[in-house]
Amino acid sequence: MKKFRWLNLTALCLVLVFALGTMVSAAVGGELEIFSWWAGDEGPALEALIALYESKYPNVTVINATVTGGSGVNAKAVLKTRMLGGDPPDSFQVHAGQELIGTWVVADRMEDLTWLFEEEDWFDAFPEDLFGLLSTEEGIWSVPVNIHRSNVLYFIPDNLEKWGVEAPGTWEEFLEIAPKLVDQGVIPLSVGENWTATHLWESVALSVLGADKYSDLWAGRLAWTSPEVIQVWELFGEILEYTNPDAPSLSWQQATDMVVEGQAALNIMGDWASGYLSVTLGVKPGDGYGWAASPGTTGVFMALSDSFGIPVGCPNRENTIAWLKTIGSLEGQDTFNPLKGSISARIDSDLSKYDLYLQSAAQDYQTDRIVGSLAHGVVANERFMNDFATVMDIFLANRDARAASNAAHVVAVQSGMAQ
Amino acid sequence: MNLEHLIFQKGLKDVQSRKDQIVAALTILPSIILLGIFVYGFIGNSVYMSTTDWGQSAAMALDPQIEGVGLENYRELFTGFLNVRFRQDLANMFFFTVLFVALTLLVGLLLATIVDQLIWGEAFFRTVFLYPMSLSMVVTGTIWRWMLQPRGGINFLPTLIGLPPGEFLWLSSRAQKLVFDWSHLFHYLCLMLLIVLGLNLFNTWRRRDRKHLVWKVIFFGALLGVFASGILTRIHLLDYSESHGFNDALWGVVLAAVWQMSGYTMALYLAGLRTVPSELREAARVDGGSEFQIYRYVDLPLLKPITVSAIVILGHIALKIFDLIFAISSPDHYPTSMPAITMFLKTFRGNELAAGSAIGVILFVIVSLLIIPYLVVSFRKEV
Repeated sequence: MKKFRWLNLTALCLVLVFALGTMVSAAVGGELEIFSWWAGDEGPALEALIALYESKYPNVTVINATVTGGSGVNAKAVLKTRMLGGDPPDSFQVHAGQELIGTWVVADRMEDLTWLFEEEDWFDAFPEDLFGLLSTEEGIWSVPVNIHRSNVLYFIPDNLEKWGVEAPGTWEEFLEIAPKLVDQGVIPLSVGENWTATHLWESVALSVLGADKYSDLWAGRLAWTSPEVIQVWELFGEILEYTNPDAPSLSWQQATDMVVEGQAALNIMGDWASGYLSVTLGVKPGDGYGWAASPGTTGVFMALSDSFGIPVGCPNRENTIAWLKTIGSLEGQDTFNPLKGSISARIDSDLSKYDLYLQSAAQDYQTDRIVGSLAHGVVANERFMNDFATVMDIFLANRDARAASNAAHVVAVQSGMAQ
Repeated sequence: MNLEHLIFQKGLKDVQSRKDQIVAALTILPSIILLGIFVYGFIGNSVYMSTTDWGQSAAMALDPQIEGVGLENYRELFTGFLNVRFRQDLANMFFFTVLFVALTLLVGLLLATIVDQLIWGEAFFRTVFLYPMSLSMVVTGTIWRWMLQPRGGINFLPTLIGLPPGEFLWLSSRAQKLVFDWSHLFHYLCLMLLIVLGLNLFNTWRRRDRKHLVWKVIFFGALLGVFASGILTRIHLLDYSESHGFNDALWGVVLAAVWQMSGYTMALYLAGLRTVPSELREAARVDGGSEFQIYRYVDLPLLKPITVSAIVILGHIALKIFDLIFAISSPDHYPTSMPAITMFLKTFRGNELAAGSAIGVILFVIVSLLIIPYLVVSFRKEV
């Protein structure tokens, strides 16, 4: 009898092991389709991350589905047709914040990830301000893989010295030095196409309103028609007087080029410009190019973040969870970000892997107040952003601050962001 | 031959022709079903969607809550405060279509005439001029985006002969000409009708077509009266005045589009010139016609059917233009935006799927207005 019992037990164990084995291989086998707009310069960073995933989960075949096109306008269109057609990818790149929440979370197409953050102990790994941007009262919706800073002022220190000016700390200082630069035939501030104007606008808004009121504006607590907001548009209009007239035909890279080539003195751009300057143009951070927080925003870090979540009904859910664990891990973030030219969303990352600019950004990220970017989908939903582009282009043509405030108010009401 | 035999033969014929009909119907059936679903079914679906409110906050839900709102989306597009961009798009589309079609025809005809006169190298030049058409609009857009850079390309050309560089902002200018108030749209539509009718009247008068002339003069006079009295300006589409016009920035787009398509019209005209019977030319020569007179009174009239086809083909390209604009300027650059761009952005970026459908339907109607009369006329000719 005893013999039989042993036999039984062994059989049971074998069955259990076998069953567990199939469960594990079911968990990490098969395919994982990652949808993003990271091609070109950003391709290698994504490939390094996928390589890390594949080394951890060798049974999974990763399908790298990229749709090219700046800031993902084409990729988002493809994603929307796929989602509406009931064919979601396993995970897709999306700007953390309202671009995700206002489109996908309100439509019940994303899974709440609070349990994953608890399981992985991520509540202490990411700064508290970031959760305010990533989540709603109902849950946390995506895992941030990187952080970019939006409010960065770029300049060439040698050029500024040559022209006898210093990098402005406030917009008042900018308006003082701007005529000096114009006299020397230099464009004080270079701007590119429509969205780069919105990008400049958010930095101006942050400096006029301050971090609290800036956040209130997006929460619907500060009216678009209030005097402060009109003041933002007025100052923005004054600043535009000192920008290049051919802005609409320039990409952000060309606007940055103007600074490097000495045609313009300053440029405000997200810190992907650092990667462009140091890697593509070969200008060294520090000696070659200088940077500072955009005027009047020192101590505030305007952030945007690329993130991934779990779409409801994705075909390989277990593989997606493994993907999220990889990208949220310290190893994953420090693999991806030095190549992407962004900083880790975690506060414990190994700074020695990053270049001089990114180290300084990472320090600010850990100490500064964090607010979200408008131009990159953190604080406003897609409907607002789409119509705000129209408001912006009308303002660029007529420079009417009051009309722009009123129009933005209507946009906010129609997109459900204000009463 | 007896009667029974005749009846039998007729019956046989009937059976045969019925069989033919069945075979024909079966052959065409798959195409009809596919066209019915994927063209007409989807047109119908877009029309239906354009009368709903699809595009509220949860637009991307698996089962979005959609309610009918009638023609609200259309009203919003033509009179809504925020849809000023769409109205400028319509103005842009109008000016672009007129300029693009006119210039492409003109340049094409000119090239065809020159190439036709060439004694050698005709095949070479024909290929050279036709070549841009083989490029996609996106490639054309990218090339011209570079060429029209304010700090280089075309503006740089004058410096080669020692002149100062050009300053024209080909794609980024915000200057506007021919400004009109959208609020008084009907007034300007009346003016357009007046111009078209005037041209038609001139033609009728030249052809000495007395019968229709009287009616047309009366109608023209009445319309002129309506326009001159300004009675239509009393209709206010909006509560405020909203100016639109021809944007200087469109010149860059027109230039690129003409560059791409004029080779095509050249090929059409060249084929047309080749079909002009040499007897006609010889007869004209015998009558003492100069080369120019032969061109003007023999060749050109015979090219008219080609012009009509070319207008329809180029016109519908111009009305639907999307890819060229997307590549040559940024999508949110209002002075060069077109309805198709706004449709794409509204639908896929702003999640306003119903409003996007409405723009699609409006575009469909405008293109139909161009194509249906052409199809009707050419069908009549065939029958």
